[in-house]
Amino acid sequence: MQKQEYTITVYTENHIGLLNRIAIIFSRRKINIDSLNTSPSEVPGIHRFNIVIDETEDVVKKLVRQIEKQVEVLKAYYSSNEEIIWQEMALYKVPTKQITQKVYVERLLRQHGASVVVIREDYTIFEVTGHREETDGMIKVLEPYGLIEFVRSARVAIIKESNGFHEKIKEFERFAPSDEVVENEYLNEQEHVFSM
Amino acid sequence: MQATATQESQTKQALPGSPMSGSEIVIKALLAEQVDTIFGYPGGAIMPIYDALYDYMDQLEHILVRHEQGGIHAAQGYARASGRTGVVFATSGPGATNLVTGLADAMIDSTPVVCITGQVFAHLLGTDAFQETDVINITTPVTKWNYQVTDASEIAEALAKAFYIAKTGRPGPVLIDITKNAQLQKVDFAGYKACNYIRSYRPKPFVRPEYVKQAAELINAAQKPLIVFGQGVILGKAEDEFKAFVEKSGIPAAWTILGLSALPTTHPLNVGMLGMHGNYGPNVLTNECDVLIAIGMRFDDRVTGRLDKYAKQAKVIHLDIDPAEIDKNVKATVPVWGDCKETLPMLTAAIEAGVYPQWLQRFKDYDAREQEIVITPEKNPSTDKLSMAEVIEALNLATNNDAIIVTDVGQHQMVACRYAGFRQSKSNITSGGLGTMGFALPAAIGAHYGAPHRTVVAIIGDGGFQMTLQELGTIMQFGAPVKILILNNEFLGMVRQWQQLFHENRYSFVNITSPDYVTVAKGYGIAGQRINARENLTEAISTMINHPGAYLLEVMVGKENNVFPMVPQGRGVSEIILCAEDL
Repeated sequence: MQKQEYTITVYTENHIGLLNRIAIIFSRRKINIDSLNTSPSEVPGIHRFNIVIDETEDVVKKLVRQIEKQVEVLKAYYSSNEEIIWQEMALYKVPTKQITQKVYVERLLRQHGASVVVIREDYTIFEVTGHREETDGMIKVLEPYGLIEFVRSARVAIIKESNGFHEKIKEFERFAPSDEVVENEYLNEQEHVFSM
Repeated sequence: MQATATQESQTKQALPGSPMSGSEIVIKALLAEQVDTIFGYPGGAIMPIYDALYDYMDQLEHILVRHEQGGIHAAQGYARASGRTGVVFATSGPGATNLVTGLADAMIDSTPVVCITGQVFAHLLGTDAFQETDVINITTPVTKWNYQVTDASEIAEALAKAFYIAKTGRPGPVLIDITKNAQLQKVDFAGYKACNYIRSYRPKPFVRPEYVKQAAELINAAQKPLIVFGQGVILGKAEDEFKAFVEKSGIPAAWTILGLSALPTTHPLNVGMLGMHGNYGPNVLTNECDVLIAIGMRFDDRVTGRLDKYAKQAKVIHLDIDPAEIDKNVKATVPVWGDCKETLPMLTAAIEAGVYPQWLQRFKDYDAREQEIVITPEKNPSTDKLSMAEVIEALNLATNNDAIIVTDVGQHQMVACRYAGFRQSKSNITSGGLGTMGFALPAAIGAHYGAPHRTVVAIIGDGGFQMTLQELGTIMQFGAPVKILILNNEFLGMVRQWQQLFHENRYSFVNITSPDYVTVAKGYGIAGQRINARENLTEAISTMINHPGAYLLEVMVGKENNVFPMVPQGRGVSEIILCAEDL
């Protein structure tokens, strides 16, 4: 099986220490986390993790089961890049003088979908949101002009086929939920993971 | 502290309706969970809880161990012998870090244990205060769940969750770390409410009847089916359901070391032990069976040997309560998620009664070969040196196969598991997954408190015994009538065996020396003797078993005996060898 990028989406309770509990599932197996984002989810009080790794599907499947096994994890899914809409955001700080003198700023903004966040006398901050190659592309453009600082956020991703967690959480909150919430057992049938 | 002191000192129990200290809530919670025994060791950060315990000594038995590792192993032994949750108290810092080995052991062997550790005052967290350590993060990989309490109002709920999580689903260890201020703080306590539901926690997967049906179809069509079972049968309290399944199906059943005693050893369909030092037949025939039915076991590498040579020809039915175990090591053809207490009766109902006389004969043929090459010579050695196997045989006779056998780790463990007889479940207690030397003595103490009316025999090597022999002090003080059987081969035998077989006889630091154990035991007020001659064996074992209290019997055995059969590391289970010459 070929390694490829997978995005793992985890719905959890918002508890101290859970980040560590999830992170060590990867580090124990010597798997590098390429990107990790935690944020609120569509459901109040429920946290959402996006974790990106480069692994085979077989490994990812086992990792997802280990994650979902954690007491405070409600659900974990994994998706290939085709199955999600995802974005990363990057900020670039460049000397204003250089930019205004040497770059067609207007073209830059159009071609790279960039926007200007701050313009000061000494520096300007651009922002690009998009896929890795897009944020990387902007580095290449700005490097010759003295890129002072660069930072990129973790990936945030939305699963195309998901209808959100609102309905699912009601199932979890029922004392005897229907079989659908335990669907991780159906990981073998990846395309049917969302039975909501 | 003496009992008389209790009567003289004033009780600190909260009056009904008045605020209660966090510490007293801890005790109330334990009582509500019907805890009867705590294994623990006091210290600075847990003193308020010990102070509260002082008022409840008539309701809770506290066993003062000699080291926190001994405490948690004792709690494990208690849990494994009783089927209930073991409870441990330890203080912060070193007290808590000393629990880590036991937590890791309980985690990998799915033993329900609740550890309560004291912690420094909340305002001192992160300041490198005296005996402060980040227990939550240290224990995260080795606990099913852990939680730090910094406010007394959280204690009851945290403990309720702890007991619920520890004992439900696939059991495991839970640690609750309580800061000293929370122990001292007084809050209104409305009473303890046991937990039976956590939104994000599904202890049991749903049983899918369609998979049970598919499994039954596979079994009904099988010509050469084999059952491999593990501790899941015992943890699920499904021994009767399992026996009914085995008997109706007529399928030979082999066990993992933690599955041992779930089915009586003399059962006609019990074909023996799986894995590295397991029996010949079940290992070889794992690679011939057409349907492999795995029940409550996790295909550990010591069971499977080389995975790409494991049961490749077989369709695999895997019954397990933990969805993460399905397809983890061995790909299941039919996964039957669920508690085997539920799934086994469904499966039994769905299958046709079967008999496989020719297939069973294959096991008998392999057994005859193993008897000839290994078992008979082991039980009847040609030298004057005693063998471990004949000692276990003598023990079987003296106990009528009905003792709780607690083993440590190494050659004696493999020999004990191979040769000990069992009539009832929860009788084999050993450190299977983690292989913790030093486990047996404290676990045997715990097993006594978990099953006080049974004979508990701890079988230990000369290496492992020296790792936790301080717990003789616990026996001395509290009188657990544990029978300690040291099989002394004057070597770290298992490592020596590997050095002999795989490292050209280079015996690197395996020639461990021993103190005079009988004298050591005597120092602790424990009777004992040492024997090295065959003619004394039966009587010595019988003296040990019939002695009214704890007893230590040291048996000198052959120094360089090896455990066979053996699946050498990196080989498939059917490449099992019966003697060193086959290597």
